[in-house]
Amino acid sequence: MKTRLPLLLMAAVAIVLIVAPFVPAPASGDGAWPVRALAYADRNFSTWFSVLAAFAFLLGAASLLRTHLRKVAGRDKDWPYSLITLGAFVFVLVVGLAKVGGDPGLRGDFAAPGTLFDSVFNALYGPLQATQFALLAFFIASAAYRAFRLRSVEAAVLLAAALVIMVGRTPLGGYFSEWLPASLDFLRIDRISLWIMKVPNTAGHRALLIGIALGVAAMVVRLLLGRERGFLGGRRPR
Amino acid sequence: MPHWFDISQAGLALLTLVACGAVAFAVARAVGGRRPRLRPLAGVGAIEEAVGRATEQGRPVLFVPGSRDMDDVQTLAALSILGEVARMTARHGCRLIVPTNRSLVLSAAREASREAYVAAGRADSWDEEMVTYVSDDQFGYVAHVDGLIARERPGACIYMGAYSAESLLLAEAGNQVGALQVAGTAMPLQLPFFVAACDQTLLGEELFAASAYITRDAGQLGSLAGQDFVKRLAIVLIVGGALLMTAAQLADPPWLAAAAAWTQRLLGGGG
Repeated sequence: MKTRLPLLLMAAVAIVLIVAPFVPAPASGDGAWPVRALAYADRNFSTWFSVLAAFAFLLGAASLLRTHLRKVAGRDKDWPYSLITLGAFVFVLVVGLAKVGGDPGLRGDFAAPGTLFDSVFNALYGPLQATQFALLAFFIASAAYRAFRLRSVEAAVLLAAALVIMVGRTPLGGYFSEWLPASLDFLRIDRISLWIMKVPNTAGHRALLIGIALGVAAMVVRLLLGRERGFLGGRRPR
Repeated sequence: MPHWFDISQAGLALLTLVACGAVAFAVARAVGGRRPRLRPLAGVGAIEEAVGRATEQGRPVLFVPGSRDMDDVQTLAALSILGEVARMTARHGCRLIVPTNRSLVLSAAREASREAYVAAGRADSWDEEMVTYVSDDQFGYVAHVDGLIARERPGACIYMGAYSAESLLLAEAGNQVGALQVAGTAMPLQLPFFVAACDQTLLGEELFAASAYITRDAGQLGSLAGQDFVKRLAIVLIVGGALLMTAAQLADPPWLAAAAAWTQRLLGGGG
């Protein structure tokens, strides 16, 4: 029953969402009740999910607090980091709930410009987030270096394609190819770069998308038939 | 007269029925005893190898179930794989670390890993602190997981599910500590990053097939055979459609143009 009921609920919701796009949406108050019910469910399922997720957030917050309180209390390895996490959690929560620096009324926005919450976000959180994101530039370079090392034919093709695209997407692409006569225009680096992106890249991308769509369809059928239940913590079906 | 069916979606409805029907039929056939023969999937073997290597090194296994919530089918696939990874770590006595960034995923991941430990007869080794909630925020989550990788130095990092810009930030951090890394996602834009930074990558549909390969469950394997059948059908439709459209451009007969237009409507889902 513990896994059967969630599976039945999930199957019912999934069937509604699968069928809904094939049933024309009725004008308000129009149409038979099953059609209206289907349209209503289709419109509102995502809102219901958001409400559920908001309640579940309490679970996450409780887990976070428990984990870090335990570390601090037991003076576990790296416990000062947990203390900082707890301090930041409580500080932001209080600042947000009290709407410090803003309208404290029920309709007041906790993140309105000028509030302490907004200042913390802009002065601390924003720059930290940008720093984290900026690391990507260096990580792309190191990952690309490993991927492009000439160890196989595939890596050589990858390297050649990457070089053509990198050069072709800058003004250098046109500059290096200027000497080519008009009859050999198709050999210009910027043209080859564009062709790689438009033809082989699009073909590969589409093949991937078709495979993913079929994979999702197969997964949904497995879910509907109750064969896939690992995410519910269910045992393997016999 | 109420309208029950949007006729302009007839082609899409037909394709959906054929695809789902073929998969359901293949599942029923496999459950009935006709196990399909499938090609091996390198990424699945790599997961077992990664867990084994981490155990030998006495280092933990890190499992990241993506950065989306339970309404994303990739997260469901990731959690199914987590169940099997947890079964392996329970058997080997290896420590498992699962940081999550959604409360619902936390709950589901705890349940999946706990059941796996119980099924492996190692319920006493399971600790709910194996699966923790970090933050809903993308970069807050990445900062925590990257720090975790640097401090715990996992022997294996397994990234499954839906990812955005965090894919490379996580995979490079794992690479720097020398972890054996296996990733799987159906986010086309993140695949190149995982391919470049990980030892093995489950590409697109392979993410959804992985749990079937690991469990060796007949029904799940059957669904893959059904999926392969639909894939062959898609190839026939694409090649046939391309030939038909080309012929309609080159030749005169009006029936050829009509057939091409009908096919385009059917596959395009237009009215």
